Amino acid sequence: MRARVRLWQLGILVLLLAGWELSVRLGWVDAFFFSKPSEIAGRIFEWFSTGEIYGHLWITLWETMLAFLIGTLLGVVLGLWLALVPTASAVLDPFIKAMNSIPRVILAPIFTLWFGLGVASKVALGVTLVFFVAFFNTYQGIKEVNPVVLANARMLGASGRQLLAHVYLPSAASWIFSSLRTSIGFAVIGAVVGEYLGSARGLGYLISQAEGVFDTTGVFAGMVVLAVFVVLLDWVVSRVEARLLVWRPAPGQEGGTV
Amino acid sequence: MRPLTQPKATSTRPAIALKGVVQRFGGYVAVGGVDLEAAAGEFVAIVGPTGCGKSTILNIVAGLRPPAEGEVRVFGEPLAGLNREAGYLFQADGLLPWKTALENVALGPVLRGVRPGEARQRARHWLAKVGLAGFEDRYPHQLSGGMKKRVALAQVLILSPRILLMDEPFGALDVQTRQLMENELLALWQEDRKTVLFVTHDLEEAIALADRVVVFSAGPASRIVGDFRVELPRPRDVAEVRLTEDFLAIHREIWGLLREEVMRAHAR
Repeated sequence: MRARVRLWQLGILVLLLAGWELSVRLGWVDAFFFSKPSEIAGRIFEWFSTGEIYGHLWITLWETMLAFLIGTLLGVVLGLWLALVPTASAVLDPFIKAMNSIPRVILAPIFTLWFGLGVASKVALGVTLVFFVAFFNTYQGIKEVNPVVLANARMLGASGRQLLAHVYLPSAASWIFSSLRTSIGFAVIGAVVGEYLGSARGLGYLISQAEGVFDTTGVFAGMVVLAVFVVLLDWVVSRVEARLLVWRPAPGQEGGTV
Repeated sequence: MRPLTQPKATSTRPAIALKGVVQRFGGYVAVGGVDLEAAAGEFVAIVGPTGCGKSTILNIVAGLRPPAEGEVRVFGEPLAGLNREAGYLFQADGLLPWKTALENVALGPVLRGVRPGEARQRARHWLAKVGLAGFEDRYPHQLSGGMKKRVALAQVLILSPRILLMDEPFGALDVQTRQLMENELLALWQEDRKTVLFVTHDLEEAIALADRVVVFSAGPASRIVGDFRVELPRPRDVAEVRLTEDFLAIHREIWGLLREEVMRAHAR
């Protein structure tokens, strides 16, 4: 089953790439607008063999990690606070909704003005995206705590702080973790869009430079590197998630033995 | 009824005393004026039709939700906040799914500041006592319904509460597992005779287990309509006691009353 799925995936990929390559070579589409897979692969190989790409990759990774960590931390802390203090959540609710409704791309130029062309403005953009994902999931996770489990822990003698440590946080953990995978994607978007709109380094910069000189090969090569980059990050997060949430039943496996 | 041994001076007062207890949810009156006493060491079963506010009474005694009106006393003291003398076995699964069986049982002591090592030691002992030695490292989702109930029982009993509140604890189990659990509960209870409030809608279960069966009327504003002593000898086997003449006589007597309430609940 698994092997068959992989085979299909490989087949589709080969078919797409071969179709693309052929249509360019046969002159059906213009290589100027669409480049071609062989050339893109060549460009990626060149980037890595000359080592040119590493600096860009590193800076994008650094911005992504910072945005991810800061945004998640702020989101979890505020999510906890608002979920546990109903008055605070009632007061702040419209502000949070209003802020979340702002399209983040609009903020990029302002952040560049405020924080300069360097890493800080990209991190800030990423944080505005990551924060809301972490915040909403933490809030929801706390609100969805099983009331029986909560009452049981209270009857067993849990104080407010102990409830947080033994019930609220572990219960919200599965929500927070599922949000981490979305968050990492948003952190990358923040970093790359920020770089794209104004910077001197990073994957987004690389792509925007290529676009500036109508170098479609460079644009596609940048996109491929970016996609692989995100898939790898997502894989790392999902490994960490699986390690930390061993107590959770696999879907459809509820009920257990005997 | 057998004479009760009186282990503590306070136990001359009733372990639980409700006086004029009323509970409302919004405009709905769930419980309307309940007076109920349970002596120390007494096993009291509460029966009544579905939705008659039996669980509401347990939550009031537990201190999870104070009554709208009336007075609750525990060993003579007015109840304020959570009832620290009571252990509560919930109807639904209250185990912490992110903790193993051992960690779940050790939780109460840990929360009360017992060193983790010692708490685990005691939890191991209690898990063995409810027949779950070897299952220490299982998570709740890896246990069967009966096993989860055993873990929950150990989780409550490890704190040696003087009062045990049980809300249809075995309702979701199959008949065989259920009788097994009932017998084990009686054996455990026999050791130190806690005061038990046991809510069930199953009259046979109530009679087989309890010293007294209290019948609640159909809601809304349900109240106590009957209070029966069960003079069956102990120790009992819940499967065998059901077949005795005495059991059937008591059953007939209480069922006559309960039946009316069940019919009224259905008519609504």
